[in-house]
Amino acid sequence: MSASPTSTLVAPVRERTKLTSRRWFVFVGGALIPVAILATWQFVSTNGIVPVSQLPSPEMVWTAMIDLMQRGIFWHHIAISTQRVVIGFSIGAALGLLVGAIVGLSKLGDILLSPTLGALRAVPSLAWLPLLILWLKLGEESKITLIVIGSFFPVYTVVAGALRHVDRQLVEAGRAFGLDGVRLFTTVQLPAVIPATVSGLRLGLAQAWLFLVAAELLGASMGLGFLLTDSTNTGRLDRTFLAIVLLAVVGKLSDSLVGIFERWAVRRWA
Amino acid sequence: MTAASATARASSSSTPGTPAAGAQASGTVSSGAAPAGATAAAAPVSLRGIGRAFASQSGARQVLRDIDLEIAAGEIVAILGPSGCGKSTLLRIAGGLDQPTQGTALIDGEAVRPFDPRSAVGFQEPRLLPWRTIENNVALGLPRGTAKAAGREQVARLLDLVGLADFAGHRPREVSGGMAQRTSLARALARNPAVLLLDEPFGALDALTRLKMQDLLLDVHAAEPATVLLVTHDVDEALQLADRVILLGHEGDTPGAVVTQTIVVPGHRPRDRGSAELAELRGRLLDGLGIDRHGSARGIETTTTIPHYPY
Repeated sequence: MSASPTSTLVAPVRERTKLTSRRWFVFVGGALIPVAILATWQFVSTNGIVPVSQLPSPEMVWTAMIDLMQRGIFWHHIAISTQRVVIGFSIGAALGLLVGAIVGLSKLGDILLSPTLGALRAVPSLAWLPLLILWLKLGEESKITLIVIGSFFPVYTVVAGALRHVDRQLVEAGRAFGLDGVRLFTTVQLPAVIPATVSGLRLGLAQAWLFLVAAELLGASMGLGFLLTDSTNTGRLDRTFLAIVLLAVVGKLSDSLVGIFERWAVRRWA
Repeated sequence: MTAASATARASSSSTPGTPAAGAQASGTVSSGAAPAGATAAAAPVSLRGIGRAFASQSGARQVLRDIDLEIAAGEIVAILGPSGCGKSTLLRIAGGLDQPTQGTALIDGEAVRPFDPRSAVGFQEPRLLPWRTIENNVALGLPRGTAKAAGREQVARLLDLVGLADFAGHRPREVSGGMAQRTSLARALARNPAVLLLDEPFGALDALTRLKMQDLLLDVHAAEPATVLLVTHDVDEALQLADRVILLGHEGDTPGAVVTQTIVVPGHRPRDRGSAELAELRGRLLDGLGIDRHGSARGIETTTTIPHYPY
């Protein structure tokens, strides 16, 4: 990364890259706080400062994970949750992009849709839950629908707002050079909103994991949200911690995937 | 003298005593030819009875009225006027970026279409796509359906023409304001326009860069003779570049700007920036813009060596 093709033109004195742009430093720097948290956790729980019944030690959580793995249900929990998020987020994000584009690009779409969507956005997620269970029963549909709702709104809001504020002068210049319709969209408007869109996707994905837990609170028999509530109800605090850690890790991993998509999208369009 | 009749006469005959206009007329015989080859033939522009009113809270606000202007193919016409008088609006109407409320605009005898493909606009700001390289920004101007190889060749040629061949792979934010403006000019030229519309293209540049850009524009015009309509607020720039300078302004209390003066600039381009003739015309234009030239304050008599048009 740091050794760009133009480095031969730069004086040798400047070849030293800044500390903050070296790969090992970025890695170590990012791991610093998690390691510190883990160390504190270990220290606090093993020295009896906080009783183990309230804060299980890292080792106990690890053992709980091994235990679940040996029972063969560890990966099932992760897989089913990931599947719900992937399906729900894909549908929600696609709808968010589509509706966001309609509202952001067309004045009529804005007038017709944005008041209704604004009102629906204000409804808290948990309010949908009883209705969805009533209408769609306790199957996958109700859970995925909730995740769709959760990931739709951030994507829609950000994309519509960004498209509304694309530099008018650039759009006019595009038109003046013969672009219109789809070609204008892909040449000027889409690249202009790529960074905002990726932020919207990130927010949507985070929201999807949030709504997953809400969806699995009720009537699930598998998944990380189920693991979380079930273990709390049965007093297995080590499993509760495991579920929290897993949500953090899997959520971060999926966010990194969006980051990879961002880099690809910027190369492709922007 | 009514502005309309003056401009009509100025354009109907090649004015005697102005070599530039004469040269112009002989260089534009093929104005009617279709754009077949690499360079489109310059096309004449007619603005007939153009008026433009904008809707405002207190009813319609007339910005332009009764603008009659005949521009010969290959001619360079500068439009001068105080700010807010509708210069840019007139240019936008000529390019189909805006529609007149009265009158018609024609390019080569045909009505101007919205975002007319026969014209290309150089905006006041570079308006480059920040995520594209200089090269790809210029390529945006290529007419639709240009073959890839031919397009690349054309872009390379234009970048060479505006002196940016070494910066083809740079992004707009990595180059200076003057370079960005040159890119914008190259992009407009890539469209292979019969009519080149420039809206204060050098207004935001520093004084020295502006002079260099003016010379570049003249080189470009010599290489690709399009009809050029140039909006500027710089009297010297207008005199340096144009065959004819149109002064827009208000007559009396009637709302809407009209053509108040038409000046045919004498001499061949490139013109001597220090010429006394141009200095005289400059005084006259500044006077028309309502600027006091402070000539008599120091006891220097303001003489007129060049007769008012018509001579």
